[in-house]
Amino acid sequence: MSHPRTLLDKIWDAHVVNREAGCPDVLFIDLHLLHEVTSPQAFAELERRGLAVCSPGRTLATMDHSTPTTPTTLEQVEPVARNQLLRLAENCRRHGITLLPMGDPGNGIIHVIAPERRRIRPGMTVVCGDSHTSTHGAFGALAFGIGTSEVGHVLATQALLQARPKSMRVQFMGTPGPGVTSKDLALAMIRVITPRGGIGHVLEFQGECMRALSMEGRMTLCNMSIEAGARAGLIAADGVTAAWLRDGRDYSHWRTEPGARFDREVSVDVEGLAPLVTWGTHPGTGIAIDAAVPEPVDETEQRMQQYMGLAPGVRLADVAVRHVFIGSCTNSRLEDLRHAASILRGRHVAPGVRMLVVPGSMAVKRAAEAEGLARVFEKAGAQWREPGCSMCIAMNGDVAPPGEYCVSTSNRNFEGRQGPGARTLLASPLTAAASATAGRVADPREYMTEVCHAL
Amino acid sequence: MPFDDFESAWVDLPQNDIDTDQIIPARFLKAVDRGTLRDGLFHALRFPDGVSLDAACPLHAPGAREAEILLAGRNFGCGSSREHAAWALLDWGFRVVVAPSFGDIFRVNALKNGLLPVALPDEALAQLRECAGAKLRVSLREQRIGPVGGPGFAFAVDPFARRCLLEGVDELGYLLARRPQIEAFAQTRPVE
Ligand code: SF4
Repeated sequence: MSHPRTLLDKIWDAHVVNREAGCPDVLFIDLHLLHEVTSPQAFAELERRGLAVCSPGRTLATMDHSTPTTPTTLEQVEPVARNQLLRLAENCRRHGITLLPMGDPGNGIIHVIAPERRRIRPGMTVVCGDSHTSTHGAFGALAFGIGTSEVGHVLATQALLQARPKSMRVQFMGTPGPGVTSKDLALAMIRVITPRGGIGHVLEFQGECMRALSMEGRMTLCNMSIEAGARAGLIAADGVTAAWLRDGRDYSHWRTEPGARFDREVSVDVEGLAPLVTWGTHPGTGIAIDAAVPEPVDETEQRMQQYMGLAPGVRLADVAVRHVFIGSCTNSRLEDLRHAASILRGRHVAPGVRMLVVPGSMAVKRAAEAEGLARVFEKAGAQWREPGCSMCIAMNGDVAPPGEYCVSTSNRNFEGRQGPGARTLLASPLTAAASATAGRVADPREYMTEVCHAL
Repeated sequence: MPFDDFESAWVDLPQNDIDTDQIIPARFLKAVDRGTLRDGLFHALRFPDGVSLDAACPLHAPGAREAEILLAGRNFGCGSSREHAAWALLDWGFRVVVAPSFGDIFRVNALKNGLLPVALPDEALAQLRECAGAKLRVSLREQRIGPVGGPGFAFAVDPFARRCLLEGVDELGYLLARRPQIEAFAQTRPVE
């Protein structure tokens, strides 16, 4: 009798090509995703060694990090970024890799387009030179970010040398309150695990409210696993997954068996949870939207409060906001845009607030335009942009100025992430939209016209 | 290049959670070549207003430029997968980072580039910090780090990574040598 296995065990065991004593496993990779920033030096290494790309068909590339979000042709992109984009195009052409370049109807943020194209399925291994590859764990696939050396390894061999990570079960307990989305669940989860608690682990999210989450919501949650220090997050496939994939296959094998042992067990109490907003410079600093900034417990927190210009006792609801960003691989899918539009419909962005709405992909953009969401944003005075990473990483010129507050649906509030000195407050699309209309951090529950149980 | 024992001065950035955006901000990531990232390293710490150099930053202290060892706070290198973080530290001249813990991907990236991440408990780090001015000796062979002449502290390293560093084993070469097995395995998993 074999031991009951976790989902992680099953995926791992199914992909080990070779195991030798004293060495990490040789792990087969089913799908390799590429973008312009972390791949050029990997291709250069292949070139140096005279190697070809081993399996172009298992590779998919996009341009997303440094692409402008105003209508622009590749020729008009600033020269340094353009050079990197052209290098990707040249590398893909030379090695026969499918590339969805700027302006292509299939273009978008890599973690938005891969699931859109139904390239992610339960039980797969997926990697990308990008930490938010964890997004794809929403499909019950083992998906994790790698560095550029490893990008080269996968290009050349379709395999990686990897030690098996530890497993952590993250059980969500209870029913969250109204106005709470999976983004709030993610911030609640990171608050419990802490930004380093997940180091060396793959998280498997379980609990009643997981089943209630849409695929988009699951992607948002798994996306932020990395912010808890974990390489990957997993949610076992179910009917919701099947409805997204529409391939009629049976994926019931890809779940944790009853009685399987995890290396660590954590529970996250979300009973009556309120929408969360972060006050610090790591994503573990989420507090209820109507709460006040806490007393700092150590030097790290003191430093964070100094950078953020937020003293203990300040109520978040009193923080004046100049910028609002709806987008990123965390919250730029159709459901996210619907949430934001549900608040903005019939309202206007507050004077002096700049609001950017950046769809995650061309497909999301088309769908949002078709169902009238783009009109809602434009009528509200928000800027409706072309897809890309935009203000999530501020590589393309979309930045927040030093010292100014930006309520952002992205995943990282690190110092300088949205531009040198910029102050990022992470929140859900509902909260971000409410804050845009109020001109300060605002509670979405006060603006929700429909009884929007986002969960 | 095998990772030999060495002695060096050290620099201390004791903050916790120094993420990859602080190590090398995103605007420096448009490079397509290696060896170009030195000026971007810890840019916001070195140039708080973006232009003028902060003389109080430990990286600008007299003698700091020669230091090949960086001491840091917990969770060093958390955040993105950018290998540029390891490259930038190497471009600057660091060969070892000592911290209570490291971001997973950063740790792997560092090892693959010959930058040694040494995880030490807080108390050991505190003791290293007390030997101000003294050089530290790092031995990967003995897996010890500490003031020159003293016993130092033991540290753990993944045995395979250690072998790669000491013997100059090339990981890609290791994988390429197993290509027949990988290709046979790939046959069982059709591309869709
Ligand atoms: S949206 Fe942000 S987190 Fe996502 S891939 Fe782009 S830069 Fe990375």
